[in-house]
Amino acid sequence: MSGATVTLLYFARLRESLGLAREEMLLPAGVQTLQVLRAHLAARGGAWAEEMAPARKLRAAVNQTLAQGDAPLKAGDEVAFFPPVTGG
Amino acid sequence: MSVRIQEADFDTAAEIAAMRRGNPKIGAIASFIGVVRDINDGDAVSMMTLEHYPGMTERSIGAIIDQARGRWEVLDALVIHRVGTLKPTDQIVLVVVACSHRGDAFAACEFIMDYLKTQAPFWKKEVTPQGARWVDARASDDEAAGRWRN
Repeated sequence: MSGATVTLLYFARLRESLGLAREEMLLPAGVQTLQVLRAHLAARGGAWAEEMAPARKLRAAVNQTLAQGDAPLKAGDEVAFFPPVTGG
Repeated sequence: MSVRIQEADFDTAAEIAAMRRGNPKIGAIASFIGVVRDINDGDAVSMMTLEHYPGMTERSIGAIIDQARGRWEVLDALVIHRVGTLKPTDQIVLVVVACSHRGDAFAACEFIMDYLKTQAPFWKKEVTPQGARWVDARASDDEAAGRWRN
């Protein structure tokens, strides 16, 4: 779905290495799932390429629920990327 | 059923007393307290900070409690998780489960904790003599949560 704006959130190590906690993004045409979004972010290069690399263990949530790579994205979604959790 | 994310410490006895009050169906209460250790992966830990994802944290722990209620007869459950700066010997997390019988209470308490470790969005950053570092997730935690999938 092109023309859709989503909110992206980054936590913990990602937030620090990307130097960003939150951004609004107009999804480019063709970016319709979580895994395509991740590849799109990796294409920014530098720390983005490193943190979003397919080999990196990364978790993601769509609207505050853990989601897999094939999860579809739509306007208004809150999408979060973060390292595997370490609470408790 | 209650989930609280807070910087302040908690009083386990007071929380259990509040849960028991006026509920004569409760016959068994199991609790778990997680505590900050002074060593991790062989390095001394002097301090840690806990970050979380406000909103998702409460939602994910609530979903874990709901799953526990689907598997065992849970009369009441409470999870308190601290965030912010903590030091060795500080309490981090409290899980209390009240049931009619101990088998359900023990199992549900362990299940909630195993799932919290692998699904609730918290991240620890610890301070060691080598500097500050983000704690890596452990494969043993994934295995502990995996035991319940059957």
